[in-house]
Amino acid sequence: MASDLTLILPEILLAVYAMLALVLAVYTRKDEVASTLLWVTVALFIAMAAWIGLVRDGSAAAFGGMFIDDAFSRFAKVTVLLSAAAVLLISEGYMAKRGILRFEYPVLVVLAVVGMMMMVSSGDLIALYMGLELQSLALYVIAALRRDSVKSTEAGLKYFVLGALSSGLLLYGASLVYGYSGTTLFSGIITTAKSGEGSIGLLFGLVFLMAGFGFKVSAVPFHMWTPDVYEGAPAPVTAFFATAPKVAAMALFARVMHDAFGGVVKDWQQIVALLSVCSMFLGAVAAIGQTNIKRLMAFSSIAHMGYALMGLAAGTAFGVQAMLIYMAIYVTMNVGTFAFILMMQRDGQVITDIGALNNYASYQPGRAMAMLVLMFSLAGVPPMLGFFGKLYVLRAAYDAGLVWLAIAGVIASVIGAYYYLRIVYYMYFGDTDGDRLDDSRSRVLSGVLMASAVVMVIGIANMFGIEGAAASAAAELVQ
Amino acid sequence: MDSLLSFVTFIPATAALVMLIFLRGDDADAQRNAKYVGLFATTATFVVSLFILAEFNPNDPGFQFVEEADWLLGLQYKMGVDGISVLFVMLTTFMMPLVIAASWNVTERVKEYIIAFLLLETLMLGVFMALDLVLFYLFFEAGLIPMFLIIGIWGGANRIYASFKFFLYTFLGSVLMLVAMVAMFADAGTTDVEQLLNHQFEFETFSVLGIQIVGGMQTLMFLAFFASFAVKMPMWPVHTWLPDAHVQAPTAGSVVLAAILLKLGGYGFIRFSLPMFPVGSEVMAPLVLWMSAIAIVYTSLVALVQEDMKKLIAYSSVAHMGFVTMGIFAGNQQGVDGAIFQMISHGFISGALFLCVGVIYDRMHTRDIDAYGGLVNRMPAYAMIFMLFTMANVGLPGTSGFVGEFLTLMAVFQVNTWVAMVATTGVIFSAGYALWLYRRVVMGDLIKASLKTITDMSRREKAIFAPLVFMTLLLGVYPALVLDIIGPSVAALVDQYDLARADFAAAQQLAQN
Repeated sequence: MASDLTLILPEILLAVYAMLALVLAVYTRKDEVASTLLWVTVALFIAMAAWIGLVRDGSAAAFGGMFIDDAFSRFAKVTVLLSAAAVLLISEGYMAKRGILRFEYPVLVVLAVVGMMMMVSSGDLIALYMGLELQSLALYVIAALRRDSVKSTEAGLKYFVLGALSSGLLLYGASLVYGYSGTTLFSGIITTAKSGEGSIGLLFGLVFLMAGFGFKVSAVPFHMWTPDVYEGAPAPVTAFFATAPKVAAMALFARVMHDAFGGVVKDWQQIVALLSVCSMFLGAVAAIGQTNIKRLMAFSSIAHMGYALMGLAAGTAFGVQAMLIYMAIYVTMNVGTFAFILMMQRDGQVITDIGALNNYASYQPGRAMAMLVLMFSLAGVPPMLGFFGKLYVLRAAYDAGLVWLAIAGVIASVIGAYYYLRIVYYMYFGDTDGDRLDDSRSRVLSGVLMASAVVMVIGIANMFGIEGAAASAAAELVQ
Repeated sequence: MDSLLSFVTFIPATAALVMLIFLRGDDADAQRNAKYVGLFATTATFVVSLFILAEFNPNDPGFQFVEEADWLLGLQYKMGVDGISVLFVMLTTFMMPLVIAASWNVTERVKEYIIAFLLLETLMLGVFMALDLVLFYLFFEAGLIPMFLIIGIWGGANRIYASFKFFLYTFLGSVLMLVAMVAMFADAGTTDVEQLLNHQFEFETFSVLGIQIVGGMQTLMFLAFFASFAVKMPMWPVHTWLPDAHVQAPTAGSVVLAAILLKLGGYGFIRFSLPMFPVGSEVMAPLVLWMSAIAIVYTSLVALVQEDMKKLIAYSSVAHMGFVTMGIFAGNQQGVDGAIFQMISHGFISGALFLCVGVIYDRMHTRDIDAYGGLVNRMPAYAMIFMLFTMANVGLPGTSGFVGEFLTLMAVFQVNTWVAMVATTGVIFSAGYALWLYRRVVMGDLIKASLKTITDMSRREKAIFAPLVFMTLLLGVYPALVLDIIGPSVAALVDQYDLARADFAAAQQLAQN
């Protein structure tokens, strides 16, 4: 029992911290402590990530297999924690300026992160659902954080209704799986799946489960909520949606597919491949017409999920490794891009129209260049790190015999390149007159933007060693 | 020195980084400094690269100056040159100082302009030196970024259309190559070019979606690489991005595009397609030969009716690249020799022709042929130089243009007489459009009022042309300078190609019996 608690200690600590912070803020000066609380949370996340990533090791299961602590979950947790920390970091100035820096915000982020950590560590359908709902409920509230804005509340409501639908699908799938395998433990499900008993019912359950995951990773055809929620939610919250929950959901997807259905790759491979190819193409094509940069990033994230799913579709350890690396690169690029989006304002008003970037490079050369690097990286053009993410998943798909998927992926990436180039075009090729955007003085935002761009360039030397970490994580998941 | 190649490759990038960090402002002083830094860096690169040429052993057909280091994903950072690539390296380092010097009149965002060209030089050098598939792809594709910016920021009126077309066209071609590279990696287990050159890819015939694919895997990979290199080359019918890009690009951009970037495709064919997929090449060669012949005749005819000087020269470039592909896929010693020679010589000649257009464009700000006439009266030196390069472009014996065309035509005559005949008519057409252009721009009376005060070339402009004139004539009268260096490597390549073709023929024979 004590050893069980040791394994889950990071989650417990974070949950206790969240509740203490809530009580503390309520009994002190409420929103005035929000800023302090946010910084403490950032520090805590980074410390947690260091602890989980550098100190903890080994592979063990707790609570009768419901909670798994292995290299895979640790990789996902570190990515989640660091991206959540980065997003909190870039939120502070923006939210404080607009009076929406409430003390609940960091607390809800912590709770969402606890949910995500549960998700990636789950070894059982019940634990999975618990983590997923903890995460989702926190996110619904954050989406509607600006409660006097119609768009923000609409985003929250949409997210909630569709999220509830996806939870329903997931639960239905889980009940089918439980009914046909007699257990909710992944280790039990995999035995039944391999033996082939009750395979049709199990297959049905699997499909419903995947539909639920499809909602969470916003893969086509379960993506409809993404553009509206991204557009309606306050920009820092959008940044959060685009990063940490995506990593957690992809990791969970991989966890269930391999831990519970690892023996029957052929059964789910086609579905994942279809989700992947649809996401890549829809993300690439639908973003072309967008002028709102947040909607554009929504479609961009849909396309990127398609590439990450390509790694998963391979159904191999290398595929999982490719997916993990892809997600790590993806969140780094997105944090930088959203730092840039948070800086986009004119006379203090938030601007989301990409046309406003006209001629940006002539008065902000440094930031324009950083954004240029990020755009080419998102498009997957070498020599940026984004290209290597694509190279990994292509390799994984090819090795698994999914040549058509690899070819479809690269063609979608050419289509997608168009809208990333369009942002570069506004910044660099625009004509010289027109209103300028404000000169944001935020050191944090430009620092994060620059750091992310620099990582995209120098990361190609050795990827800061995450290749090896991802490889061992994938090896533990896929046996 | 062990890492001479990396050193040469990264001098320009280092200079660009230094400028990026330390050079502030955009006033006249900063602009002048930027230009001098650019000129200094490119000249230094050229001087250092002379050491490569000096220490290069032309009798060794293998790779020299090889450097290796481990990289991600089992890839390697591996650089090296052989007889085929060393001259492209020299061409690049030779042209870049001239390109920077030709940009002296740029006054808009000069710092970024020079940085873009310096980065472009690093990337182009990397392409010619890379001995790892993915490293090659990295340099090959990354070159799109600075070129996209050069066309888009400093280009002409329709620059945005041209830059997007340039980028997306070439990007689409290249990604298919990336898939083929992944396939090669999976098949051979390595991305090392040296090992891949000795690896035999499957050529068993199989069928995909009911279509029999002769040459199997090799043909598919060949086609994937072909998609990339043919666009880059550019070959007819995927050449349409080139005239747009050339017309809209600033003069220096056009020069780099014509002199060096177009060579990446031809280099790729020689380095990858021919030796790595000999069966695929053999199967597809007739198609490529005919496409080349059509390109030569068709684009020459199109060039005849152009009203824009740059567009005319751009189409002429497509025609000349047709000789290159023809020579490569003739697959014999003269053909490949001639193709490489033609690429080197075209680098000097087309670069010089775009510079010639730039000289009068700087003065009159128009590229319309109709806006000129009788320039010889006020610009005798210019008329002289323009004539030399017009003649070289036509392929007059005594200039370097002749040698390449002659060798490739001779080579293809041995393989396919009809293609040779069609292509040869292209030579006549090329004389037609080039001489006609010259007559309309330079000859006749100077009647246009706007031209009455035009001045002849400045000392800076003459200095830019001098090395080009020298090289064009030198290679024209003494082609052995090039052929001796490329000879052994090409001979090895052709031998290997012949062996593989013989294997394939034997296998075909066996299958029939």
